[in-house]
Amino acid sequence: MNKYLERLYNGLIKENPTLILMLGMCPTLAVSVRAMNGIGMGLSTTAVLILSNFVISLLRKVIPNEVRLPAYIVIVASLVTVTELLIEAYLPSVYKALGIYIPLIVVNCIILGRAEAYANKNTPGLAVMDGIGMGLGFTIALTLAGLVREFVGAGTAFDLRIFPKEYAVGIFIQPPGAFLVIALFIIIMNAIGIKTRQRELVNNDGCNGCCATCMTRCENAKEDEAK
Amino acid sequence: MKSLILIMISGALINNVVLNQFLGICSFLGVSKQLKASASLGGAVIFVMTIASAVASLLYTFILKPFGLDFMKTIVFILVIAALVQIVEMFLKKKSPSVYKALGIYLPLITTNCAVLGIALTNVQNEYNFIESVLAGFGTAVGFTLAIVLLAGIRSRIREEDLPAPVRGAPIVLISAALMSIAFMGFSGLSF
Repeated sequence: MNKYLERLYNGLIKENPTLILMLGMCPTLAVSVRAMNGIGMGLSTTAVLILSNFVISLLRKVIPNEVRLPAYIVIVASLVTVTELLIEAYLPSVYKALGIYIPLIVVNCIILGRAEAYANKNTPGLAVMDGIGMGLGFTIALTLAGLVREFVGAGTAFDLRIFPKEYAVGIFIQPPGAFLVIALFIIIMNAIGIKTRQRELVNNDGCNGCCATCMTRCENAKEDEAK
Repeated sequence: MKSLILIMISGALINNVVLNQFLGICSFLGVSKQLKASASLGGAVIFVMTIASAVASLLYTFILKPFGLDFMKTIVFILVIAALVQIVEMFLKKKSPSVYKALGIYLPLITTNCAVLGIALTNVQNEYNFIESVLAGFGTAVGFTLAIVLLAGIRSRIREEDLPAPVRGAPIVLISAALMSIAFMGFSGLSF
């Protein structure tokens, strides 16, 4: 397979950021109330991820190793600000639905994680493809979670009514529903045995301390390995 | 006075930052393995979040707003929080080694904790003044600590249970969080 296409496959399926790597849980839980929100959030993150991967990959020989994290944060924060202003101007309904979670894309583990694990070691072309793959993988997972919650919790799919509201289980569009649906996703993944790749990733460069979860997971994996 | 108390209670219980707004999930799920570690992280978060809310509020009122630089708030806040965590870490290391020892390794984790940035941005959005921002930051951090310590307690019980294989690990923690979240929904009756 062509290595550019391989990047897309990798992001969408093999290393899907939400379903396999469990990165970026905050936005996944928070905005998955409706499938449309999932698409909006997913595409905003994808846009930031593609641009940040591109810029960081271009600057990979310029940024000194010691200050790379602050430099990445500045780059990502600038791109997020641009995206936020664009969404506010052209898609006010999306802006209203996502609210504070748009600026919080800055601290999304996926973005810094990809910068650390991929973009700072590869050419801009590959980094962009990696961004597209990862971003779309995130978008699909978010939309899926949104669809399930919207369907069970409100009886609609993409805002189209499927069954009367009286039969809907309201808890699924409330905060607890987010935890339940994501737990269910992971249980399904575990049951059909997809999770096995995670250990391999952890031992490679998948998590260079992008967030607490990744770090803890690394430690746990190493402990397990030691046993 | 009443509104100040309400801001704190609302931050800690009604709009619990983890269980209701889903901020800081990473550390909520990652660090809640041990009770002691969760309590230390909670302490560090209370410390940093209160100071970060204060500094962010001052910066916003006296620099960003008068010069019409509203749109810079995300980038300024994240840098301020990152720098602040570094300063707090250095300060504690020098002045209070015992506190540093208890909180030390958790301080760097807080930079990427979206709850800190989230609360700074929410304060601006709600147009809180300085005192309100500090109290909101403190209340939210207390809510975070409460949630993570409770979850750590639950997890120490779960460890003894015989669970089906696919549910072990992350899923059962998420399900516990869902049940906690349902319990915390009861606090919404407190808002008046």
